[in-house]
Amino acid sequence: MKFSPLKKVIIILLLTLSAIYVILPSKIPVKIHFGEFDIDKTFTRPGLDISTSRFSINKDFELILGLDLAGGSHLVFEAKVGSLPDAERKSALESLRNVIERRVNLFGISEPNVQSSSFEGKNRIIVELPGVKDTKEAVNLIGQTAQLVFVEIGTGEEPSFGVQTDLTGADLKKATVIFDKNTGKPVVQLEFIQEGAEKFANITERNVGKPLPIYLDNVPISTPVVQEKITGGSAIISGDFTLNEAKNLTVQLNAGALPVPIELVEQRTVGATLGAESVEKSITAGLVGLLMVLIFMVFAYGKLGMVADLALIIFGILTLALYKLIPVVLTLPGIAGFLLSVGMAVDSNILIFERLKEEWKKRNFADALEVSFGRAWDSIRDANIATLVTAFVLANPLDFPFLHTSGPVRGFAITLSLGIAISLFTGLVVSRNLLRVFVKEKKND
Amino acid sequence: MINWMAYRKIYFFVSGIFIALGIFGLLKWGLFLGVDFKGGTIAEYKFQDSISTEEVTQKLEGEGIETSSIQITGEKQYMFRMSPLNPNEKDKFKNILETADKSPEELRFETVGPTIGPELVKKTLYAAAIASIAILLWVAYQFKSIMFGASAILAMFHDTFMLIGAFALLGHFFGAEVDFLFVTALLTTLSFSVHDTIVVYDRIRESQGKFGGNLYDLANKATTETMVRSLNNSFTILFMLVSLMLLGGSTIKWFAVALLIGTVSGTYSSPFVAVPLLVTWGNISKKVITRK
Repeated sequence: MKFSPLKKVIIILLLTLSAIYVILPSKIPVKIHFGEFDIDKTFTRPGLDISTSRFSINKDFELILGLDLAGGSHLVFEAKVGSLPDAERKSALESLRNVIERRVNLFGISEPNVQSSSFEGKNRIIVELPGVKDTKEAVNLIGQTAQLVFVEIGTGEEPSFGVQTDLTGADLKKATVIFDKNTGKPVVQLEFIQEGAEKFANITERNVGKPLPIYLDNVPISTPVVQEKITGGSAIISGDFTLNEAKNLTVQLNAGALPVPIELVEQRTVGATLGAESVEKSITAGLVGLLMVLIFMVFAYGKLGMVADLALIIFGILTLALYKLIPVVLTLPGIAGFLLSVGMAVDSNILIFERLKEEWKKRNFADALEVSFGRAWDSIRDANIATLVTAFVLANPLDFPFLHTSGPVRGFAITLSLGIAISLFTGLVVSRNLLRVFVKEKKND
Repeated sequence: MINWMAYRKIYFFVSGIFIALGIFGLLKWGLFLGVDFKGGTIAEYKFQDSISTEEVTQKLEGEGIETSSIQITGEKQYMFRMSPLNPNEKDKFKNILETADKSPEELRFETVGPTIGPELVKKTLYAAAIASIAILLWVAYQFKSIMFGASAILAMFHDTFMLIGAFALLGHFFGAEVDFLFVTALLTTLSFSVHDTIVVYDRIRESQGKFGGNLYDLANKATTETMVRSLNNSFTILFMLVSLMLLGGSTIKWFAVALLIGTVSGTYSSPFVAVPLLVTWGNISKKVITRK
């Protein structure tokens, strides 16, 4: 099917309009006071919510900001796997990641991100916590191994030496915070799975009248004295907890113990104010820069420049819409990548226009236009592929462990490559068809 | 047509001077490495009132926390650089700040362990090496000559070296830090440099196919034809980067400067390093062939 340039322009405009819909903020407050005329209401832009029996699409078109813009904490832990044989290392790291993820989720942080990375024998877990500023509590919660053991005190002869029982945190079904009826203090209630309940009944039977210390990571947290055999499958740890401590302990117990100890090696916290300031400043900088580019293009290429400007604005709208649709997590370097791709998008137009100026001397405008697009294409293709290659290596979409797997380099590369891809479209399809239509009108004159 | 290639020695001389300056800076002062490379803590706080940095430094020293510098980053806004703090030391640090001011607001707190830096360097080198090889192969394939690929890559190394050298000087005189963002700028320079070079090479390739002729004349023709485009294109990128540098805020300022240096060098190196290299290479290989 072949479309005329005019039809193509209409399709492009429709595409742009739907992209504008996507990039609008979800709530638009409108306040107009004009004499008697008084409007004060907020328009809500509905998102996309389609669900059928087969699939469901639910997008609210929100721009996702990275930690450096929205505020939050980025923590990197190193796993101490030194003692483990190679074969067990991989599964230990996998379960380490899972346990940490469960802990973070149970802690109630919205949209946390937990990923693992390995590089030259160093194994890391990267935890991203949006909106969390008090990292101390988070670090303690995540970093504690939470190895729970019950210890039997030997029968009189060596009372100081305990014997670890076979009842551990792995036998737990659930841990909850409840309040002691007598003291009103928070205590942690443990419920065992069937097997654990049997073990617990046996242990308590053997130890009636004796203390049964409970150790967490080799530190005694409670030393209850067994009154009678407990068959119900539940126990209570009444350490001297604050409410928060008790809560965190249940989170750790419910998520399971860490298979290997970990150590915090990197911590980055950005407050929401600094993030908001960065967003505001880079938007201002971007708009000022863009405006200068737009003016420059008109100044350098006249009417052609205006067409390029229109194409550039369409480029900006489409790119932002794609950020929301994919969605791309936008970081500060990501914004820089976007601004740089604006420069590259203009470049395609400049290349074509310089060509057009040359060809125009030899033939009429319409022919010159087609010839220049054809000739400029070679250099645009080769140059942009070279840039895409670099961006691809930096973005590392295949997650090669020897390249950057997270962080600012990646954010930058993703927005840059998206920008280049879209700029190829706007440079070659959008400006070309806009110019074709523009030329036709000229002929009709 | 301007005989650009007659002045090859001048271009090489100019580049040589800048590279020598860079080497001098690197040897004398080295790069001013940030916490991303060295490990350490940087903390940025906003206070209600101005604080006495000397007093705070002394108090911190009393608690065993060495501050290597305190920098004013904005109105009543200070950035502290220290050796890496663990969570307990961070508490101490915060308590001391609270004695200096009623309610300090934490804007940023970053602690990087000493093992992160070497890893960052290695990963960056791998990325640069892979990207360079891929670009070399792509250019050599598209232009059907290893000479084109190698000259483009040499011009690319020229630009990255310019940037590194410039940051040795900027680091010494203006405290520009080499951090994660600098690495990003460096890698972008790789791609931008080649992007620009390919545009000029494309003209040589096109004229070669159409008119033939020797490389020297083709190079002059291509340089003339692409000069306006190169200038106009760098102007638009400069507009974006200068506004980012001036208005983008303190976090991104040196990043924009780094990209700016990379862009300027990348634009310069296409007609004045990559193409002259190509011509010189062509001359040498011709001589070698005739001697045989």
